[in-house]
Amino acid sequence: MATETAHAPQTNFNVSNEKMGMWAFLGSELLFFGAFITVYLVYVPRTADGPGPEVFDIPFTSVSTFILLMSSLAMVLALAGMQDGDLRRFRTWTLATALMGLVFLGGQLYEFTLFVQQDGLGLTTSAFSTSFYVLTSFHKVHVAVGVLMLGTLWFMSFTGRIRADGQGTNAVENVGLYWHFVDIIWIIIFTVVYLIPVDLVT
Amino acid sequence: MSAVDDQQRRTGLFQRPSSTAGIKGWLTTTDHKRIGIMYFVAAMIFFMAAGIEALLLRLQLATPEAQVLDSDVYSQMFTMHGVTMIFFAVMPLSAAFFNYLLPLLIGARDVAFPRLNALSLWVFVSGGIFLYSAVFFGGYPDTSWVNYAPIQEVGADPAGYTLEGGVQSNRMLFYSLSIQIAGIASLASAVNFITTTLNMRAPGMTFMRMPVFAWMTLVVSFLMLFAMPIIGVALWQLMFDAGYGGNFFRPGAGGEPILWQHLFWLFGHPEVYILILPAFGIVSEILPTFSRKPLFGYAAVVFSGVAIGFLGFGVWAHHMFTSGLGPVANAAFGLTTMFIAVPTGIKIFNWLGTIWFGSLRYRVPMLFSIGLVAMFTIGGLSGVTHAIVPHNAQQHETYYVVAHFHYVLFGGSVFGLFAGTYYWFPKVFGRMYNERLGQAHFWIQLIGFNLAFGPQHILGLEGMPRRYYTYPPGMGWDLWNLVSTIGGFLIALAVLLFVINLVWSARKGPEAPSDPWDARTVEWLTSSPPPQHNWDVVPTISARDELWHRKYTDEEIPRPVPAGASSDHEQGEADSEHIHLPDPSWWPLVLAIGLPVASWGVVMDSWPVIGGGIALMLFAGVAWGNEPVTEPEPDDVAEPVEP
Ligand SMILES: [Cu+2]
Repeated sequence: MATETAHAPQTNFNVSNEKMGMWAFLGSELLFFGAFITVYLVYVPRTADGPGPEVFDIPFTSVSTFILLMSSLAMVLALAGMQDGDLRRFRTWTLATALMGLVFLGGQLYEFTLFVQQDGLGLTTSAFSTSFYVLTSFHKVHVAVGVLMLGTLWFMSFTGRIRADGQGTNAVENVGLYWHFVDIIWIIIFTVVYLIPVDLVT
Repeated sequence: MSAVDDQQRRTGLFQRPSSTAGIKGWLTTTDHKRIGIMYFVAAMIFFMAAGIEALLLRLQLATPEAQVLDSDVYSQMFTMHGVTMIFFAVMPLSAAFFNYLLPLLIGARDVAFPRLNALSLWVFVSGGIFLYSAVFFGGYPDTSWVNYAPIQEVGADPAGYTLEGGVQSNRMLFYSLSIQIAGIASLASAVNFITTTLNMRAPGMTFMRMPVFAWMTLVVSFLMLFAMPIIGVALWQLMFDAGYGGNFFRPGAGGEPILWQHLFWLFGHPEVYILILPAFGIVSEILPTFSRKPLFGYAAVVFSGVAIGFLGFGVWAHHMFTSGLGPVANAAFGLTTMFIAVPTGIKIFNWLGTIWFGSLRYRVPMLFSIGLVAMFTIGGLSGVTHAIVPHNAQQHETYYVVAHFHYVLFGGSVFGLFAGTYYWFPKVFGRMYNERLGQAHFWIQLIGFNLAFGPQHILGLEGMPRRYYTYPPGMGWDLWNLVSTIGGFLIALAVLLFVINLVWSARKGPEAPSDPWDARTVEWLTSSPPPQHNWDVVPTISARDELWHRKYTDEEIPRPVPAGASSDHEQGEADSEHIHLPDPSWWPLVLAIGLPVASWGVVMDSWPVIGGGIALMLFAGVAWGNEPVTEPEPDDVAEPVEP
């Protein structure tokens, strides 16, 4: 048997391929959300006599934003547990992260139903409503995919793919990168869509 | 070791295929060379489909008031010709070269993410199948490849064809979703090739020693990484408008039709460099080899390629000079468009410098490369005339534009890709193509191409609009249209010879040595065809034209020394048994099938079908993540777990 070190993946930049690929992908995602956010900013005043941004409930969304922010902290703790070789801590915080992501999703969906039923703001109401729903829904899809990946990580810690000896750290780091990115995107969306007053945009 | 093996097999959700034989071996392969070949074959099939569509168009236009196609079918055919050629023929043909060659050019054993690579392939194929399935849902997209939204709501066709709203929005959805799927494939490729180029170069392969084709792969990958999400956004918006009553482009509810144009061309101009830069990279490999001289001004060629990549994002509005942006914007974009001609011109002069006083060998790859330099220059010059705003307004939507972009895309990209096909054919199949047939292909294609598209300059300047399905007699357009049609059929004959040559030579051609061209770069160091692991020992790179330096010493009169005399071959520890190769997998294929299924669901407006497609993708994704490896990963071996 040849020496095992000969198999060790050596990369030119000393960054694992997975991490470099994730960074490249996130760079692409930045343009994806950048384009949707720009379109939203152009369309804020185009309400076509329907409801406008005044329907947003800032305190409510602030709470779900806070929960999503805290999930990033939980993700950091999960990775720390992984790096300390403490699988129990890793599992707990991974689940916590995923749960907070789910709570955020639930809050957002609840808010959507309020917009539709109370305020009469549907997808087809105006250019403003279409760009609002599509932008935030794509973010939700990203959160949902993140929750699925977290669930997969948790599951993998039972099948031996993620082990206390450090096997699988790379995967955890990568999911963490993705999760933080999705959080940061939400901070931008929250600021642009909910916090900045409409008159400033128009 | 077997304990670890068991451990890995046990921990996986599913057994992993291990055989590489037969059709199953091709369907589950993660070998970049097999993926490259399949990319090529699939792209050539789409290329020929798009070619047949073009022939139908030319038949209809050969004579005034012809009755070959009616207005509706004509519109579908030119739309499908454009969409297929750009997204399902030329881009994947380039991807075929990236796949096969990039690891060989930089001295790697495979790409960074072999399964992602297989996913790119199958996603592209499934996107093409999805697009062509439109015929069962009311017809193909018919609003051209630029598809200015909200064209689906313009209303009655002046020629009397009024489609039901449902049919029209279906066609729009096929446009949106099929390009979306192709975009996913491109994005996955981009991530893969960027990581591969940055991270997996052989020892000594510094950036400034990389072959130009590897450089162009990197630049194109970055262009795809940043351009595909933009068209992705525009296509999603189109999907919501056409399928779900969204208002992105509907003026009545506050939407902006011009938004589509901005997003489309913000992607669309980088896209033309995505299409042409691979061909530039290919001729930058071929011209030095057949001139027996190093590439003139390597650094200038590389950096002009990078400069094109950057500038490519700053010129999009030259497609919109007639949309009323105002004189300031028009002047600014006219200027940037003229600027971008500078790095392109630098490349042309470097190629001329390369062949200047070289000892030229006019083999088929060389002929096509010289053809590219000449034809692309014509297209580039007519491109500069588009940068002049008043001139542009005059030519807008005429055949002059059609002539221009066929000179850059066919005279440029396709000539370059064909050159590359002949050049690397002996490497891929270990056999030589037929030289005489190849020469016939070149001359027929060159003549046919100029007959087909040269006269379209004149037609355009005489005011013949593009996209019209017929024209009345007596406009002075009859002769040149007929000539153009004859040229089109000559191109078809040439491509037929090409395909015959490839198919026949791959089986019956004379055997090729590992380095038939006396070439310069390391892919010719390994056997033809290369073994699955590419190299017994990864070459150590010490010079820009590594193989050339190994073959010839730097004495004044070059003296050949035997190839493979470098230290790494002397060590002779050729031990392929312990080279870690990517395992085959079913999941890329399964995941890719989910995409068209979900898309058919959107077209049929059926949530169960959409859900089924998404569920299939999720299932495949989870299985992908939990797939066992048949050979242990390095960090598994570091600390074997006792059973
Ligand atoms: Cu352009």
